[in-house]
Amino acid sequence: MAFYIASIIAILATIMVITRYNMIHALLYLVVSFLAVAVIFFMLGAPFVAALEVIIYAGAIVVLIIFVIMMLNLKEESVEQERKWFSKNIWIGPGILSLVLLGELAYILITSERVLLNNSVVDSKAVGMSLYGPYIIGVELCGLLLMAGIVGAYHLGRQRRKVVHRFLEKAEE
Amino acid sequence: MNVLPVEMGLLLAGVLFTLGLISVLIRRNIIFMLISVEIMLNAAGLAFIVAGSRWAQADGQVMFIFILTMAAAEVSVGLALILQIYHHLKTLDSDAADKMSG
Repeated sequence: MAFYIASIIAILATIMVITRYNMIHALLYLVVSFLAVAVIFFMLGAPFVAALEVIIYAGAIVVLIIFVIMMLNLKEESVEQERKWFSKNIWIGPGILSLVLLGELAYILITSERVLLNNSVVDSKAVGMSLYGPYIIGVELCGLLLMAGIVGAYHLGRQRRKVVHRFLEKAEE
Repeated sequence: MNVLPVEMGLLLAGVLFTLGLISVLIRRNIIFMLISVEIMLNAAGLAFIVAGSRWAQADGQVMFIFILTMAAAEVSVGLALILQIYHHLKTLDSDAADKMSG
């Protein structure tokens, strides 16, 4: 029963995310959605991943997006612009097509044989043993990916200062 | 409560993924498209957790940690790109960036 309540909260919060005009309101609903999914993870016997979901998704990633929105310094007219962009004839086509795909998936899942979840808790020790045992190459690749992400974000996010001189005008690196 | 079918978890992951897919198709704001990609990645991770819980193995959680790492790297690079696009074009409209002129 608790699973269904958390599922409904997650789905409703996600629907609220994709229909908001104001970005900050959408991000607040996104935090609610991530928290509901974290509750589901906890019920599925994955407490370590539930903690990671709260800390990294609902904490770090959302805060990063909020900081970028603050840096962009969007005014009130961006909400009006978003309302203008988000008209009905835009979302009706992709929405119906995606919902048909979802209905197909639900049909396949429901008509297949029912498999019950065995409620056993996989604790963080087992995850760590698996992570640093057979999956060690994945951990190293993740480290490489994060390094590339840091360097890429620094390189792309750098502001180029424009030098205005009397005779020559050039963009300095 | 104890007899939770695995289809319900997979169905929830499918619903969340579809919502993210709809949002990334219908939005024109780049930040909303990035948020939608996060929703879709989260739904994929949920499917991994459900499958890992079904067989009581740690592999699903390991895969979720990899997805989490990828999402964090992706959002940082994506936000840097959004900042650059906003400084160049003065708008968040994704249709404004349809010319590949450096």
